[in-house]
Amino acid sequence: MGMLMSSGMLHDGVLHDGGSAATLALLVPVVVPALAAGLAAVLGWRRWVAWSAVVASAAVLVAGVVAAFATVDGSTLAVGSLLRADALTAVMLLVIGSVSVIATWASVGYIDGELKTQTTTARGARRYGILVPLFISTMASTVLAANLGVMWAGIEATTIVTAFLVGHHGGRRAVEATWKYVIICSVGIALAYLGTVLVYYASQHSGGAGGREGTLDWTELVAHADRLDPGVMRIAVVLLVLGFGTKVGLVPLHSWLPDAHSEAPAPVSALMSGVLLSVAGYALLRYRVIAVSALDPAFVRTLLLVVGIGSVLFAASMMIAQRDYKRLLAYSSMEHMGLVAIGMAVGTPLAIAALLLHVLGHGLAKAVLFCASGQILELTGTTRMGRVRGLLVRRPLLAGVFALGIAALLGLPPFSLFVSELGLARATADAGLAWVVGVALVLLLVVFVAIARPVAGMLFGPHDDAEDGGAATSRVARPASSTVPLVLGLVALVVIGVATPLDGLLESAAAIVVTR
Amino acid sequence: MSAAVSTQLLDVLSGAILLTAVLTLWRRDLAAIIRLLAIQGVLIAGLALLLGINEHSIELYLAALGVLILKAIVLPTILRRVLSDSGEVRETAPLVNVTSSLLAAAGLTLLAYVLSGPLVALAPSAATRALPVGIAVVLLGFFMLVTRRRALSQVIGFLLLDNGITTTAFLATSGVPLVIELGVSLDVLLVVLVLQIVAARMRMAFGSTDLDGLSGLRD
Repeated sequence: MGMLMSSGMLHDGVLHDGGSAATLALLVPVVVPALAAGLAAVLGWRRWVAWSAVVASAAVLVAGVVAAFATVDGSTLAVGSLLRADALTAVMLLVIGSVSVIATWASVGYIDGELKTQTTTARGARRYGILVPLFISTMASTVLAANLGVMWAGIEATTIVTAFLVGHHGGRRAVEATWKYVIICSVGIALAYLGTVLVYYASQHSGGAGGREGTLDWTELVAHADRLDPGVMRIAVVLLVLGFGTKVGLVPLHSWLPDAHSEAPAPVSALMSGVLLSVAGYALLRYRVIAVSALDPAFVRTLLLVVGIGSVLFAASMMIAQRDYKRLLAYSSMEHMGLVAIGMAVGTPLAIAALLLHVLGHGLAKAVLFCASGQILELTGTTRMGRVRGLLVRRPLLAGVFALGIAALLGLPPFSLFVSELGLARATADAGLAWVVGVALVLLLVVFVAIARPVAGMLFGPHDDAEDGGAATSRVARPASSTVPLVLGLVALVVIGVATPLDGLLESAAAIVVTR
Repeated sequence: MSAAVSTQLLDVLSGAILLTAVLTLWRRDLAAIIRLLAIQGVLIAGLALLLGINEHSIELYLAALGVLILKAIVLPTILRRVLSDSGEVRETAPLVNVTSSLLAAAGLTLLAYVLSGPLVALAPSAATRALPVGIAVVLLGFFMLVTRRRALSQVIGFLLLDNGITTTAFLATSGVPLVIELGVSLDVLLVVLVLQIVAARMRMAFGSTDLDGLSGLRD
């Protein structure tokens, strides 16, 4: 770390030291999950080691809350010139922390179940125990990075860490999903790197005749953004949207997403869909601030609208005839990220606040749904929606959680996605983009039918006990306690939707993105 | 070193980097392609060294050394190991044949010149005037990635793309900050190691690394 600071390449921005407690809050999300990973590396998979990952996730959440209180007034926390946090970072830490708690909690029973049925080995379980907390740590360092180069490295690191999580189950399908995931995401992220290099190049020549040293420090770049060369920035922004968009699951480099989400273990899918996509979206949000002031805002808006609407359109068309519930959920993530991209395109304070709330709501809903779908898979042994029937009769609690999660995902009140989707629609209409609202509404209606119809079949359809006969009894049915984290997720969704405790924080975060 | 000589050297090096990229599309023998990639690594290291001499920058010397070790020695060694494990010595079935590939390469190089117009215009100098070469190598790498059907060829396409980006970074900015350069190099190395393991699993599961076998996951 000393080397980084003395190299003079990572400049100090305008820093307000918020005291040692807040400083500590910035280190926790990076360090504590890494420690949990270390425990798993040394001791292998044990129950209390698995619980330590849950504790580490809770620590990330607490750090997010501390950061939120410290930054809600618009101030910035910093550790040296490496880590910084403002209200936007705090929102992302809350997303990472809350989804991670659900996912790691569900992982305890998930891996225990796999070990019991011998679908994984002690070695596989240990690797899982190492990689999941590392994954959380890399995502936290991405949102805390003060430097856009470090932020890029964080996102790339998530690809490396999750590669073997996607391939956890082994076999042909997992290998195929892993290969596509690593190749496509690496290429996408390489394009984002080229974009980063070009931003650095533009910053080197932003000082007029005298020239100045280049920088990738976000605060400094934002301060000088209007002096960056538009010709270079236009190419850079296209590359960045394409590159980080790959990781967000936006068109055109999205094809890894359904495969990776459907093959990964359920809690990992929850983390990928619920947080990883939006962490990459966070990178776009940071670059958007620079882009709109360096370029014609209309160019940035058009670009984001094209990928946003394109993603929703593609996702909706793939969901219509979908037969696999995990893939259905994966495409739904793509649809929601498309909505987030549209929110970014609109870019008014209301739109940004709504999209951040949407990211949190979507993360929680997807965490609940993917973890529940993992239990449904264990129970029924199939991911085909047509073969899952009468869930409500067979496992009322699990089915209830799944149904409520779907209701939240579809944007029904009282869940927070209702509020955020309404906010997004209003902001888009206010910005004079009523036609976008129209298109999105039609597509969302298609999605509604595409999800609600097969899910109704899964819940209420006539179930013939003789059909799966003896096989069903040998399947693992988890104890009712396994639904506790999922119920907590649903409760959080309602609280955020009804009591709106985050409004102040979201407003501060939106102000960071908009007013420069 | 006089400015004229160093400009000429710079042009020769950039030209050679582009040439090696085009040749990788021409050859079908995977061992030869890996050799070309190693040569390209040496050339990029030479480019960094030359820029370092011009700017008297210790950081660029270090970057040159790092590039040499990684791109000319470590990565080709890993690729050779994958090659000898797989026993598949030729790219048997590219989606686009060699003649069309070379024609496409010419087209992509032209496209690179068009695209990098604004980049050169920002700060015209001997180094930035060679920028289209970096962009062209990126495009050629992308082309290889989408038209080849062997796992190893795709990894090579990815590395070609990365070489193009490294070249662009050196030519445009005289290298990004060393810390970030280090992070990127580590990432590339790890990605290749991950892909090596996945390719080995692929051979166990499918019996070959022909990517046409990857068709189990679709809607």
